[in-house]
Amino acid sequence: MPRVSFTANLQRHLDCPPAEVAGRTVRAALDAVFAVNPWLRSYLLDDQGRLRRHVNVFVNDRPVADRARLADPVADDDEIFVFQALSGG
Amino acid sequence: MTDRLLVATRKGLFTVVRKGGTWAVAGAPAFAGEPVSAILPDGRDGTLYAALNLGHFGVKLHRSEDGGQTWTELPAPAFAAAPEGGEGPSVSLIWTLAAGGADQPGTLWAGTLPGGLFHSADRGSTWSLNQSLWDVPERREWFGGGYDEPGIHSILVDPRDSARLTIGVSCGGVWTSGDRGASWALGGHGLRNEYLPPEMSDQRSTQDVHRLAACTAAPDRVWCQHHNGIFRSDDGGTNWTEVTANAKPAAFGFAVAAHPADPDTAWFVPAVKDECRIPVDGRFVVSRTDDGGESFEVLSDGLPQDAAYDLVYRHALDIDASGERLAMGSTTGALWVSDTGGERWSLISAHLPPVAQVAFG
Repeated sequence: MPRVSFTANLQRHLDCPPAEVAGRTVRAALDAVFAVNPWLRSYLLDDQGRLRRHVNVFVNDRPVADRARLADPVADDDEIFVFQALSGG
Repeated sequence: MTDRLLVATRKGLFTVVRKGGTWAVAGAPAFAGEPVSAILPDGRDGTLYAALNLGHFGVKLHRSEDGGQTWTELPAPAFAAAPEGGEGPSVSLIWTLAAGGADQPGTLWAGTLPGGLFHSADRGSTWSLNQSLWDVPERREWFGGGYDEPGIHSILVDPRDSARLTIGVSCGGVWTSGDRGASWALGGHGLRNEYLPPEMSDQRSTQDVHRLAACTAAPDRVWCQHHNGIFRSDDGGTNWTEVTANAKPAAFGFAVAAHPADPDTAWFVPAVKDECRIPVDGRFVVSRTDDGGESFEVLSDGLPQDAAYDLVYRHALDIDASGERLAMGSTTGALWVSDTGGERWSLISAHLPPVAQVAFG
């Protein structure tokens, strides 16, 4: 199953340990995480389910191409990394 | 007078308390390092609400039932998902939080960017968009003032009748409701926007209202600090009289505080318009009218009068129920309190993060 892990900066706000989840797309994998950690959803996605502007998701070493629907495919041995772009003061 | 002050800043929520006649910041801030965009001490039950704008992770809302010792995250106001393929809105800032009337325990209002008014009937546990305001045709004419998107920054609930609401929108004018928000009327007759083309300057749906404040004892008296100057309403926001000509040292500003008992008294924090937004001649002052805007007095005792560049945002001036105690915080991180109706100010700190809001309670 794909493995999802999260930037340590999210841990300041809520507990989100790495998880192995079922799912054939980034959306499906994240939805599986949100099913057990519903508060996490609004930290990563906006009201319309789009990836927040300053949140990045990589599948292995590739940034997701579809930031609106998160339809990028994932395979069983893929790793999904959730980052944020640090900026400002 | 109220001896606790909440200070929402770019880097956390500070509690400032008065003990033994001295004000002091009480310990480390809540939400250290995080931008706090709005705070509501709910006088009906003592609950505190804090809205955050996490730069990466979105808008958040928290509630404290122990005076700010511990906080619980609540669902933030949010728009419903648009139909598949549609471009739906998303809340990008909670700009103001307001308590419903004394007869509406648990009722809260939230004003947001991009212009959604949200309502909760259960102390913030769930929220719903006020669809009737979102659907007014004039909303398409609203535009951003300071932000890319328009936003609701002022929500007044009439203490005599909590079904009566008045809201202020940057830049979308003044709207009133007599039925708890089931329907809305566009107020703002008499407001004027000098920077718009002449034929649009009195267009009510795009007025650049910076902040509204009402007199608690006489809620039909509403004060407006407008981009263009200072206006006064005697009917809850429908019709306005401009009193800009008498304002000094400038008519521009963001904040206004209304005296809770005397409808003719209000305070403002003037700055140089339009884009400059610094104190006139580097002298930081407050102005006060006590005659309904016929005249204004400049108050400077205790405020920096040399090379001062403090700016007070629209929510960063507050007055307590006594009408004598005021507080204000600046974008430079300075915090002042006055116990004399603004005649004399005391500096509490000059080293806070930029202040978004101060609130007694």
